[in-house]
Amino acid sequence: MSFQPFLLRPIEDDDRLDVYLKHGGYAALRKALKQFTPESLTEEVINSGLRGRGGAGFPTGRKWSFIPKNSGKPVYLCVNADESEPGTFKDRELMLKHPHLVIEGTIISAYAIKCNHAFIYIRGEFAEEARRLQKAIAEAQAHGFLGNDILGSGFNLKITIYRGGGAYICGEETSLMTSLEGGPGYPRVKPPFPAVSGLYGCPTIINNVETLSNIPAIVNNGSEWFKSIGTPRSPGSKIFCVSGHVVRPGNYELPMGITLRELLYEHAGGISNDRNLKAVIPGGSSVPILTADKIDVHMDFESLAEAGSMLGSAGVIVIDDATCIVRAAYIISRFYQHESCGQCTPCRQGTLWMDRILHRIEHGRGRPEDLDLLLDICDNIEGNTICPLGDAAVPSVRTSIKLFRDEYEYHIKHKKCLVETVARFS
Amino acid sequence: MEKTEFSKLSADSIEKIKALLDVFPQRRSVVLPVLHIVYEQFGYLDKEAIAEAARICDVAKVHFEEAADFYTMFPLKPVGKYLIQVCRNISCSLLGSEELVDYLKSKLGIDVGETTPDGLFTLVVVECLGSCGTAPVAQINDKYYENLTRAKVDSILSELREKA
Repeated sequence: MSFQPFLLRPIEDDDRLDVYLKHGGYAALRKALKQFTPESLTEEVINSGLRGRGGAGFPTGRKWSFIPKNSGKPVYLCVNADESEPGTFKDRELMLKHPHLVIEGTIISAYAIKCNHAFIYIRGEFAEEARRLQKAIAEAQAHGFLGNDILGSGFNLKITIYRGGGAYICGEETSLMTSLEGGPGYPRVKPPFPAVSGLYGCPTIINNVETLSNIPAIVNNGSEWFKSIGTPRSPGSKIFCVSGHVVRPGNYELPMGITLRELLYEHAGGISNDRNLKAVIPGGSSVPILTADKIDVHMDFESLAEAGSMLGSAGVIVIDDATCIVRAAYIISRFYQHESCGQCTPCRQGTLWMDRILHRIEHGRGRPEDLDLLLDICDNIEGNTICPLGDAAVPSVRTSIKLFRDEYEYHIKHKKCLVETVARFS
Repeated sequence: MEKTEFSKLSADSIEKIKALLDVFPQRRSVVLPVLHIVYEQFGYLDKEAIAEAARICDVAKVHFEEAADFYTMFPLKPVGKYLIQVCRNISCSLLGSEELVDYLKSKLGIDVGETTPDGLFTLVVVECLGSCGTAPVAQINDKYYENLTRAKVDSILSELREKA
């Protein structure tokens, strides 16, 4: 039987509560409250093997289990809806088209971690998405799925939507909490880990929107069912966000472990305008670039790591052969320079220098020694910062030089692109 | 605090701010929601309005100012009635966002960072808007405009001019 998406379900008007209920909505919440204790529910999620969909891939149930027992402090759940990784646009679709799925997943997860106040931290630009969630919350409340004594279980939950202010860094979990506390979003040193001391100094779990949207299906169908999809170490489905030079860009929910070739050619319709594939960035702009000959790689956490890249957020950025890689690397590094919070010197200065050097190469003022200088800066940023933003700025620059050094050398020598670029805007 | 004749915040904004006061376990969390309310009323972060909001919330004004400085989505000075923010990040760039910016510049007769003399449009470029599958993308005020082409830009601009 072919795979049936259970996150991006092909159901018209699934943002409406009546439609959501008609298709089994909130049955999982009922089941979770009746048949599971918080502990057995956490155990079920551990058994499912579900791993975080925000980028790091940490096992979700295990994360939940790190909450100290009887700390005497309230426990908070933060839903990370700050989707800002370039190339990633899956949570947006979940919130727009399936807001009740997001809310139901949040309620069940809050029950599992004994949380009575959950926050959805959504990037500020997502105004319509925030409105849809707010509407879903009000409807859930009116039907007794939220509020006090949910469905007669004695479990209480309030969900508050918190809109960000346009800062990529706030998708990083400690920065997200600093922002929610009303400060500028500077990341914090770990440990202490959020599960021990997070929001307002209390035990806190931060989970991505897509991660939590998996919970209702796991409760309904069981962890064995979930494990039957995908690969043994990366079970379940994944929403792959395909953008760039393909015929049909968009979100594709497919089992983990399908090949990149199948994703690009069977689902996304192949490379647009009959051009050839040059490179793919398979997990958002923060991961190493893959060349066109590597597309038989399987799209799961382990296989992409073995291939020298990462699954990350599964933002699959497709680049055709009429694209200058120097320009692409410059655009990506400009972004990290813009978004560095400035707290750690290696990231603040390193991203600034990378941006400036790539800018001068791109504009015909590069020097032959610039390439080794860029690689040296990469080495000096990596591993030397509080949060992963610095590390995220490195792979695109490093791999673009390692894989396409001839294009850089041509740019420096001839002050123009090696490839013939084309107009894209019609 | 009741609305006085000197108040810059509208009665609606004041009501929204007051409704925030007991939402969070710690009061300072009102900072970003308040900036959103001020931005919604003014289209930028009006300093006197922020000071007034800080008094209503009984949260030090400096926390709001610090956040206003850190978070980039709120203009700090008045902008045109329509703030056009074009994504310049990788997926949009792969599909011609630089050409889209050039087209907007020529249609509006302004450079990036400028406002048209009639005060209708301000043009800026921004980083990833999280809509890469429908590139190139621009956000105008709080609405996304996706899969942009020259023809679409023409009709959007004339529609907005008519509405103004």
